[in-house]
Amino acid sequence: MNASATTANAPMPAVITALYEKFGESAFVRQHTAEGMPTLWVGRDKVMAVLRYLRDEHRPRYEMLLDVTAIDERTRINRQGQPASDFTVVYHPTSFSGNCDIRIKVALPMHDLNMPTAIPLWSSANWQEREIWDLFGIVFTGHPNLSRILCPPTWKGHALRKDHPARATEMEPYVMSDEIQDREQEALRFKPEEWGLTRRSENSEFMFLNFGPNHPAAHGVIRFALQLDGENVLDVVPDVGYHHRGAEKMAERQTWHTFIPYTDRIDYLGGVMNNLPYVMAVEKMAGIKVPQRVEVIRVMLAEFFRICSHLLFYGTWAVDLGQLSPLFYCFVDREKAFNIIESITGARMHPGWFRIGGVAQDLPKGWDKLIREFVDYFPARLAEYDKMVMANSVIRQRTRGVGVIDTAGAFDWAMTGPALRATGLEWDYRKQRPYSGYENFDFEVPIGVNGDCYDRASVRVEEMRQSCRIIRQCLENMPEGPYKADHPLTTPPIKEKSKLDIETLINHFLSVSWGPVMDPTEVTMTIEATKGLNMYYMVNDGGIGSYRTRIRTPSFIHIQAIPYLSRGLMLADFTAVVATTDFVMADVDR
Amino acid sequence: MFEFVVGSPLNIVLILGAVLVTAALLIWVERRVLGFLNERLGPNRCGPFGIAQSLADVGKLITKEDWVPPFADKMPFIVAPVIVPVVMLLSFAVIPLAPGVGIMDLNVGLLWVLAMAGLGAYSAMLGGLASNNKFSLLGGLRAAGQMISYEVFMGISILGVVILSDSFNLREIVEAQHKHGWFVFSQFIGFIIFVIAGLAETKRWPFDLAEGEAEIISGFNTEYSGMKFGLFFVGEYIGMLLLAALIPVLFFGGWYAPFEWLELPNAIISGIFWMCVKTGFWIFFFILVRAALVRPRYDQLMNYGWLVMLPLSLINLLVTGAVVLAQGN
Repeated sequence: MNASATTANAPMPAVITALYEKFGESAFVRQHTAEGMPTLWVGRDKVMAVLRYLRDEHRPRYEMLLDVTAIDERTRINRQGQPASDFTVVYHPTSFSGNCDIRIKVALPMHDLNMPTAIPLWSSANWQEREIWDLFGIVFTGHPNLSRILCPPTWKGHALRKDHPARATEMEPYVMSDEIQDREQEALRFKPEEWGLTRRSENSEFMFLNFGPNHPAAHGVIRFALQLDGENVLDVVPDVGYHHRGAEKMAERQTWHTFIPYTDRIDYLGGVMNNLPYVMAVEKMAGIKVPQRVEVIRVMLAEFFRICSHLLFYGTWAVDLGQLSPLFYCFVDREKAFNIIESITGARMHPGWFRIGGVAQDLPKGWDKLIREFVDYFPARLAEYDKMVMANSVIRQRTRGVGVIDTAGAFDWAMTGPALRATGLEWDYRKQRPYSGYENFDFEVPIGVNGDCYDRASVRVEEMRQSCRIIRQCLENMPEGPYKADHPLTTPPIKEKSKLDIETLINHFLSVSWGPVMDPTEVTMTIEATKGLNMYYMVNDGGIGSYRTRIRTPSFIHIQAIPYLSRGLMLADFTAVVATTDFVMADVDR
Repeated sequence: MFEFVVGSPLNIVLILGAVLVTAALLIWVERRVLGFLNERLGPNRCGPFGIAQSLADVGKLITKEDWVPPFADKMPFIVAPVIVPVVMLLSFAVIPLAPGVGIMDLNVGLLWVLAMAGLGAYSAMLGGLASNNKFSLLGGLRAAGQMISYEVFMGISILGVVILSDSFNLREIVEAQHKHGWFVFSQFIGFIIFVIAGLAETKRWPFDLAEGEAEIISGFNTEYSGMKFGLFFVGEYIGMLLLAALIPVLFFGGWYAPFEWLELPNAIISGIFWMCVKTGFWIFFFILVRAALVRPRYDQLMNYGWLVMLPLSLINLLVTGAVVLAQGN
């Protein structure tokens, strides 16, 4: 079944009609994709006007720029109906009031890789444009600080271009001579001016403090250059890239099936939660409808990982504020959850357990007993932590009114997940656009009021309760049935069939060695991950793997907002802000 | 038969030995108790129940390279860690453990303790500044500010005790309590302020802002390793022991049992026994505090000190003085 053919017959989305009316139909080229998201190509000269119109004038407004990315189109074969392009910049504005997305694409020729910057429209575009410059070499004119962000400052070439090698074996052996070492070290020298920081004011000379890359409260290898006046934080510049593994590049050389374990390691606290958007995106392209049992198993494990991730946040947040004990209690509970995950999937943090069209195995015997024990035990513990942490007057004093952001600010900085809900916006992807059967579950979306550190934490705490509720519903209503879809593209396929005749045997052989081969298309799949919206945008060129995989992770985007949140606070508040931003460096650097 | 006289060599040797051994044991006790409070085991591998853990730690710290960072200010860097244990031990000299058991019987014993504790502030300050590290600098500054401020309230908070017992001599304070009843009842506000200020003075949780591992990574002792770090560490525990012994002396009747009929037959044994019980209680209390409380922010700590503690301790002093005057008349 050709997925794009079906969507072509669908009625024209209202936003496209509105854009045609405003800018003229000739300004756009429409593209059809597997998931049916409105996709328009527009010229470089018009794109900022279009984005501004979508943000300000169009109803519903597209408040947030969820993602900006690029595609190297030079070796792509199946581009029927798309304008000629060497490099394509893809904007992905999202409307929260209208609960819809749109994809805006701009074609760029190789000899003129320039784009106007979108920072005046959305502050969050800053790092994403730096990332595109770093990995694709597209220049954003008007960008205040277009420098490398994920690769080291001395890196040659742009890593996500198709002509850049993907493996170390494709490159010359790397030798670090004294000369190179000196050059590399010189490139790392800290010059405050380059970071946009001044050395002194009229009255005082500032102190620059390297908070990280190795710092107990930095939650991973990230470095914050702090500009301090005494203990007051005047400005912060986050420096990331220490954990960059090139996950998006790897996606281009793995098959659809063999990339699954890599996704686990993107947000390494999210475990199978990362598999979910990936396998659902592939299933959408393949047209696989998974059995209900698979959906419920997936939801159950994803919620377990949400609890694990939030527990880690809870404990480390308390310890960052100077309360020792909750960390250990939370880790004890996390251990219990991991034991269950281990008994179901065989692994603890990175199960890589979801499959295209199902899950790896059926649930083990006696799974319900383990989970019942946990859901009976856990809420009482949470109530205890509430008394110990959330009700503690010192913690309230230290986190209320600290690191405040309102809903408009969260849109501007593209903050999603608990951080957005803490501002008082009741918007959970699981409720608004249910996936994997979330519409069948009964749960609430906790929100905050002030958007400060305390609210961000209390939203997460309440989410653990709701996750526990969802798990209990999974436990009590687990449907019977197969754990894999009966579909030719399910990978690995159901084994029994291959024993029947030679055709299915060959089919099985191909599915295992190649994995699914699907019609060329594009697809986006977003989920409410542990830390915010996690989005996979994949371009399928008809091969055995992805042509381009864009992984939009919440952590990368959220870190950008830390300077905004922490200017004018004290050093001890800064750790509170960093903790409630709740990022994972693997999720930031990919 | 040994004769127990304050200041006899036997007294000095025994008390010094007991304090050092207790401080070392305390490190293990604290880690072990904290472990149980945190649903984990704590150090349990070294000797029975891990009791020899401190011995192993000392062995490790002594055999480590005695390293001074090349960018540090050498002299103060080396002197700083020595100050804490020395002044804390000196303070211990005036603590009365039982009748006839102690090292010094100073008329100004209480002032001596305050003076020594004041000197202790230099340790963290010098260490922080001499390390030439920004985190240490912040820690040193915090230590200086915090200890100097809290010393003020600490001094004022115990003046009520001095008025009631009419003496700075710790032995006389104990005797006065034997006569008039424990000062914890008549000086309750002073007692509360003294405990809080004492925690801040010894940089115990939750007032360990000078170390604040979440934000300034151990603060003033970031650059210290080996036995130099060990001295800071042991100094902190002697300080905790000192505070835990000082609270009973000032507010809980010192070496006397709570009730007459609980006194053991031998006055010295009874005194030491009851001092140990009371000190142990307070040590356990400090460990519980560490497991339960949250560290306040630096400015909150200072505000709390100057805006709450100082007025309270002054009012306490005024009221005590007025009442004593009125009764005297």
